[in-house]
Amino acid sequence: MIFGILVNSGPYQHQAADSAYQFARAILDAGHVLHRVFFYHDGVNNGTRLTSAPQDDRQIVERWTRLALEQGVDLVLCVAAAQRRGVVDADEAERHGKDGDNLAPGFRISGLGQLIETAIETDRLVTFGA
Amino acid sequence: MATLHTVNQSPYGRTALARCLNYIQPGAGLLLMEDGVLAALTGGAWADRLGGVDGVEIFALGPDLAARGIAIGAVAPNIRIVDYAGFVKLAVEYDRVQSWL
Amino acid sequence: MLFLHHRAPHGSVVAQEGLDAVLAAAAFDQNVTVAYLDDGVFQLVHGQDTSSIGIKNFTPAIRALAHYGVGQLLVEQESLSARGLARQDLVDATIETDETAARGPQVPLIRLVTRAELSALMEAQDVVLSF
Repeated sequence: MIFGILVNSGPYQHQAADSAYQFARAILDAGHVLHRVFFYHDGVNNGTRLTSAPQDDRQIVERWTRLALEQGVDLVLCVAAAQRRGVVDADEAERHGKDGDNLAPGFRISGLGQLIETAIETDRLVTFGA
Repeated sequence: MATLHTVNQSPYGRTALARCLNYIQPGAGLLLMEDGVLAALTGGAWADRLGGVDGVEIFALGPDLAARGIAIGAVAPNIRIVDYAGFVKLAVEYDRVQSWL
Repeated sequence: MLFLHHRAPHGSVVAQEGLDAVLAAAAFDQNVTVAYLDDGVFQLVHGQDTSSIGIKNFTPAIRALAHYGVGQLLVEQESLSARGLARQDLVDATIETDETAARGPQVPLIRLVTRAELSALMEAQDVVLSF
């Protein structure tokens, strides 16, 4: 079965970012396909590489990165939501005259069409948020 | 076509569970997760209320119960405890997942 | 594909970003249904003036859905009544159809539905997106 995940909450603020990750792992462990994890609303904050969580706690952004790089999961931040909240890749930074970019490895920024495509192409779309 | 509904907010603090119950149909499933598992504590007002919902299978996510110090024996008897692998299985068995946030 | 809007406008960005998602879906050739329930019904109240709170009022764009082929916007009657709202408190707009107003009847943008109807509609979808 093909799954999609929608994450609406930022890291640490709400458990949703953790639950989504654990669900993602369980999908892969069960041998299903995880087509995409789409991040919307404050969920785009899962994609900034500038977080420094306490060493004895989970590293939310880094483990998303590992999911992408090791398992090939497509992690997409909604561009409009990311712009509002200040998560930018190098192209966006240049386009908007920002003096830095902060997108974490393994993530890409794209339009809401990717969420709709996920809804269409997957058998099950599960939403995590608050 | 049956729906698995998920509720991740405490019913004592937020309305998601109450609102979900306004729409849930017989044959559907309801998964309590994150703070939503607080509804599963036996003897609580919400466990009683969930006991009266006909035709709906109710589940609670085990890791979230354990995190909140709710022992297996303290979960209302009509609620089935599942882990994340079980959550995935439920998502496959039901036809769609609808989250009440 | 069913879009459910549960949240009031302006107090959080969810209502606005929820509308953006509907607009994105309208661009795909999909069967899209849009419904407002719970506090979401407040998004359709007419006469909203956000100038004093300094937030851009996105709700006029909801009326633009009339031109995007998503059909009528469903509004739950029970949610309205519980909140002291009635049909006349909501925006008064019509959908663009193939027939112009001169040749055919004007279809209202908003259609009231009951909770029971909405509940049945949820069960008939491939996917439900909630905002």
